[in-house]
Amino acid sequence: MLQVAEKVDSYRLEFERAEQDDARARPQWIHHIRTAAFDRFVELGFPTTRLEEWKYTNVAPIAKTPLRRAGQAWGTLPIESIEPFTLEKSACAQLVFVNGHYSPELSCFGKLPDGVVVSSLATVLTGNPASVEPYLARYAGYRDHAFVALNTAFMEDGAFISIPQDTILEAPIHLLFISVPRCESAVDTGGSGTVSYPRVLIVAGSHSQGQVIESYVGVSRGVYCTNAVTEIIGGENAAIDYYKVQRESEDAFHVATVQATVGRGGTFSSHAIDLGGVLVRNNLDVALDGEGAECALEGLYMAAGRQHVDNHTRIDHAQPHCSSRQLYKGILDGESRGVFNGKIVVRTAAEKTDARQVNKNLLLSEDAVIDSKPQLEIFNNDVKCTHGTTIGQHDQDAIFYLRSRGIDPAATRSLLTYAFASELLSRIKVGPIRAGLEALLLARLGNGSMSEGRP
Amino acid sequence: MLTINNLHARVVGGAEILRGVNLVVRHGEVHAVMGPNGSGKSTLAHVLAGRDGYEVTAGEIVYEGKDLLRMPPEERAREGVFLSFQYPVEIPGVSTSYFLKAAVNAIRKHRGLDELDAIDFLNMTKEKMKLVELDQSLLSRPLNEGFSGGEKKRNEIFQMAVLEPRLAILDETDSGLDIDALRIVANGIDALRSPDRAMILITHYQRLLNYVTPDFVHVLFEGRIVKSGGQELARELEAKGYDWIKAEAELARQTLV
Repeated sequence: MLQVAEKVDSYRLEFERAEQDDARARPQWIHHIRTAAFDRFVELGFPTTRLEEWKYTNVAPIAKTPLRRAGQAWGTLPIESIEPFTLEKSACAQLVFVNGHYSPELSCFGKLPDGVVVSSLATVLTGNPASVEPYLARYAGYRDHAFVALNTAFMEDGAFISIPQDTILEAPIHLLFISVPRCESAVDTGGSGTVSYPRVLIVAGSHSQGQVIESYVGVSRGVYCTNAVTEIIGGENAAIDYYKVQRESEDAFHVATVQATVGRGGTFSSHAIDLGGVLVRNNLDVALDGEGAECALEGLYMAAGRQHVDNHTRIDHAQPHCSSRQLYKGILDGESRGVFNGKIVVRTAAEKTDARQVNKNLLLSEDAVIDSKPQLEIFNNDVKCTHGTTIGQHDQDAIFYLRSRGIDPAATRSLLTYAFASELLSRIKVGPIRAGLEALLLARLGNGSMSEGRP
Repeated sequence: MLTINNLHARVVGGAEILRGVNLVVRHGEVHAVMGPNGSGKSTLAHVLAGRDGYEVTAGEIVYEGKDLLRMPPEERAREGVFLSFQYPVEIPGVSTSYFLKAAVNAIRKHRGLDELDAIDFLNMTKEKMKLVELDQSLLSRPLNEGFSGGEKKRNEIFQMAVLEPRLAILDETDSGLDIDALRIVANGIDALRSPDRAMILITHYQRLLNYVTPDFVHVLFEGRIVKSGGQELARELEAKGYDWIKAEAELARQTLV
């Protein structure tokens, strides 16, 4: 207990310092939210595996590591080092953040339709806080979730995107979060690391349409933590296509919460790709909050070594005639562990709900583990809800077919693993993202044994 | 080129299916292996191609002077053994061209040849697709996914044309085909006959043999080759069915007792 109290104390010091830093620059309501969130974090403490929601994911490594916010000093990088991760050519705006701080030098803006706002959150909080006041921290609840509470207590930068009604964004907006650990090895820093609290707010007006990509990357080894929160609010008939590509470094902790609210007749599609990090937890909550709202959630997680990747999703069917489609696929190798927990709530009012959920897992090693759990809570009789989970190895017939044509066993497995993942990759609508991930996947599978080109 | 000697095999942990098969195939010969359902035809094909899950309990298979049973399936393929599958496997997410190029280059590498680049590969496949009247667009489709039964079998013969095996084993390539598809597939097979390519046609019916005239016809029954002859044996089986073979085998067994 003492240890836990000490940890919270170190966060308190950090919090007081943060509050002092921008006491003058921020409006009172921000101060209130942060303080309330911090108090709530102190009450909750870090979750333990005794909590049902955290049964399979032990965050003790995060709680035990002394984590400090990275200062502005690390706020920039040579432009060449971010090149492999940019989407400069295809995005209409690209905001780059280094250790959580917005870097104007690395960011770029194309021509945006009238009224569209794409800005760093820090700028908005100083210059025009009223524009975010109705939304910020009002959708992603910090009452029940310690990591959201922490992020809210420390939120200072991130992105604010606002698409006015009837406006269509032709090109995607890219938010690139880069972490640069202070030292390559935990030993050099006495086991401590840096932490960033990216905060994203996306507000899409009625009948608007847009694509937003969040990329999280680490540029070198070393311990750090990303604790991100994204709130997405879609108005009537708004269509939001959201991507989250997580490629943190191999020593990184990554905890991310996305709360999306979809209005009447609106659609929300999400594509979550997890490739990096040693300990990863994603919470994706979607509220279908208007009649006829739809969502499609797709996820691909690939883990090896001792990686732990946990995806918790929750779809709240709050209104009638809403539909949800979900397909999450996992590829687990080495001693990695995957968790999928897909909750679907159908409320009393939500008649004619149509919900389908599928989770498929490929275990490539004897020591890899997956815990897959669908959870349906249905309070209306007039609904269609289906769910299915598969866990398995490669199909023996397929292996034999390929080998009988002269392809060696290692290349056969790579090819079939690629094939398993490609179902999801092929659905990614942003060309450069799809191509980049396909190339990354091929490289991971050992392109030495695969011939050139795309399977 | 191929000598099968007293081959006994079973599904791992199961009953014996092949119970002493003897067969000699020389270069350029076409052998038809016929037999009723459950006689062991597909097991023979799978054991020749090296599928897991079968256990050879006695006997040997010598292919081009080498012990075939010691080779893993990919090595058999590289040494020139090809199996046309009765049920070709659907592999979503892998295009036919990527798969086939990987196979061609694995085999070429083994033979000490340079790997084909994308253009050479495309030019080579263009010719071979005509053989079984396949459309070029098939190459970009996921392997066998959503193919009709006829397309799958034509794809098998197309692969055989591309991979140029020395020994082709065709497992019920004629099954499930309508008359037009059968004609295309059979003509493709016939066109691929050559003095240095042997074929084993495994079939239940005689109809494939109307297009591809075998040098020898064998009847496999209860895990043994019980009768061998020429084309006329196939016609006799077509006319009389397999019952007389069963009766003869029964008689032979009683005589032994």
